[in-house]
Amino acid sequence: MSASSVYLDAATAAPLHPVARQALLAALEDGWADPGKLYSQARRARQLLDAAREAAAQTLGVRADELSFTSSGTTAAHGAVLGGLAGRHRAGATLVHSAIEHSAVLHAAERHVAAGGVAHAVPVDRVGRLDLAEWSTAVRAPGVALAALITASHEVGTVQPVAEAAAVSADVGVPLYVDAAQSVGRVPLPAGWSMLSASAHKWGGPPGVGLLAVRKGTRWESPWPADEREGGRTPGVVNLPAVVAAAASLRAAAADAAAEEARLAPLVDRIRARVAAEVPDVEVVGDPVLRLPHLVTFSCLYVDGETLLHALDRRGFAVSSGSSCTSSTLRPSHVLEAMGVLSHGNVRVSLHRDTTESDVERFLAELPGIVAGLRADAGVVGL
Amino acid sequence: MPDEVLDCRGQRCPLPVIAAARRMPQVPVGTVVRVLADDPAAAVDIPAWCRMRGQEFLGAVTGPDGPAYDIRRTH
Repeated sequence: MSASSVYLDAATAAPLHPVARQALLAALEDGWADPGKLYSQARRARQLLDAAREAAAQTLGVRADELSFTSSGTTAAHGAVLGGLAGRHRAGATLVHSAIEHSAVLHAAERHVAAGGVAHAVPVDRVGRLDLAEWSTAVRAPGVALAALITASHEVGTVQPVAEAAAVSADVGVPLYVDAAQSVGRVPLPAGWSMLSASAHKWGGPPGVGLLAVRKGTRWESPWPADEREGGRTPGVVNLPAVVAAAASLRAAAADAAAEEARLAPLVDRIRARVAAEVPDVEVVGDPVLRLPHLVTFSCLYVDGETLLHALDRRGFAVSSGSSCTSSTLRPSHVLEAMGVLSHGNVRVSLHRDTTESDVERFLAELPGIVAGLRADAGVVGL
Repeated sequence: MPDEVLDCRGQRCPLPVIAAARRMPQVPVGTVVRVLADDPAAAVDIPAWCRMRGQEFLGAVTGPDGPAYDIRRTH
């Protein structure tokens, strides 16, 4: 049976913004030279890079020389964590982070621990919101070099109390790094951070471009082999056409962000309400109010997550899952685990600028039948 | 000590949860069933099932048979 395709996984990668496509094609013509050289082709490339940095910095509200382009959001997160820890090694060896950070941050933390450092994970509550009292105790402990907090959960959408967390870290002089991958280009950024990372393909830019902002006065030391490019913060020549496309689409996405938030947030409210009402034995997770405008997660009791993803895909719906059977490690999502919510039968739906109300309606119309069919196949109806 | 043991070792989630959900209504109220389950998702999903179904989750124990989860039927 064929069905038209409905892509609902923007939190992984949003479809390419038309402004990004246009900028990318133009920059492929003009931006192929190495911006570090001293001939006219290089000067043209340098102009494009400088303009892209200026535009992206303006959107983030930072100075151009505080912003570096990296080869991915993951690389930017690794650089923020490891560079922030290296820059503050005299202050201590402890990294404080929330239990629901992106795996890029957790993997950097593992590297730090393997090298003899300490990582302290601060728990979240049932809706996935940081425990501020525990955060305060952890950040105020002696020997803390860096604190890391995601602006909003990439898996469940709960917005984190960044301003409050930042006030605590500022009080004791500990820099705060925020992973803003799901917020940049969609919602206003919180205040109080010292470092920020983001990823272009989350806002409709091309894949393979990350942003790393390090505010003036933040102690940061490169964890990579020496390289003078991008302010010495990330090695290797940048993918300039992709960077130009990323900056152009970021500006476009930020300009539309308030209107898109007003359009998508009610669609997410509708999904939250209708899934809870029309699918039996389902847990819609995350904060219903203090959440990202475009993302919703729920878990269906007794349903295998991988089977559910395949069944949705056969009906044309592309979604993501935090269930263990869908991960390469066969472990459930650490975010769902930290929240203590059902991890199997999990679906994450994330909307983008091309998502229409009728896409959402078709998903809501088909989901209850798909889940009921899988439960009938598994013989778990009435349990 | 549990009143009975449900061996779900080697089963991937949601199978241990389904096994618990089938067994619990068959035992008398007050009975403690220990679910042996080595799938890491069971550590999250068995307590979550208890919460959703209003059964009492007594805790996780790791013994010679690996990770186990005790549930008391409350209604």
